[in-house]
Amino acid sequence: MADLYDALAAPARRTILDALCARDGQTLFELCVRLTTHHDLTLTRQAVSQHLQVLEAAGLLTTHRQGRVKLHYVDPTPLDALVTRWRRPASTPPEDPT
Amino acid sequence: MNITVTSVFVDDQAKALAFYTDILGFEPKQDVSLGTHRWLTVVSPGDTDGVELLLEPDQHPAVGPFKRALVEDGIPCTSFSVTNVQAEYERLCAAGVAFTQPPVAMGPVTTAVFDDTCGNLVQIAQLH
Repeated sequence: MADLYDALAAPARRTILDALCARDGQTLFELCVRLTTHHDLTLTRQAVSQHLQVLEAAGLLTTHRQGRVKLHYVDPTPLDALVTRWRRPASTPPEDPT
Repeated sequence: MNITVTSVFVDDQAKALAFYTDILGFEPKQDVSLGTHRWLTVVSPGDTDGVELLLEPDQHPAVGPFKRALVEDGIPCTSFSVTNVQAEYERLCAAGVAFTQPPVAMGPVTTAVFDDTCGNLVQIAQLH
């Protein structure tokens, strides 16, 4: 699995997630259109396709086929790990230094 | 030199003629038998002397992979102009047409993309 932090480190990939959050379940074509016109991000389809592969490998994106068309959906599940990794449960306050 | 004919590759000419006329609203123009296939064109209802759209058989072995690759990525094979893309979207949805992209405003143009049932995606575009 691709590293979650690497996947999120690229501004273009964060913008792709923004564009998918505007409407989940887009084709590559629609995504490229939205990136160009709504996010001022002009990438080749090939570049967007490669970014999508990184996001999918990191678990942040899933693809489903609707007939012969491939659609892309955001999956925010791995982001939970970002929040919980360094956060202590509320019930276990830090120990007092002795 | 003038552009008089452009074409879409269709998997079945009879089915394509029905879809492009009955559903989309184009008018039949030429229908010439060529043995197995036909030289089959349709024209815009308001411009019957204008550019003809040839409904071309897609039997060549290179065409299938080409069409499938475009459809997988949601890429339309051609684009038609409409005066109101939202109204066309609603009319075609009601007629059972499947859209891969609902109307999306993009600067001076709003577009939508639908499945032509003959192996292609087609874009409709409204210039503002």
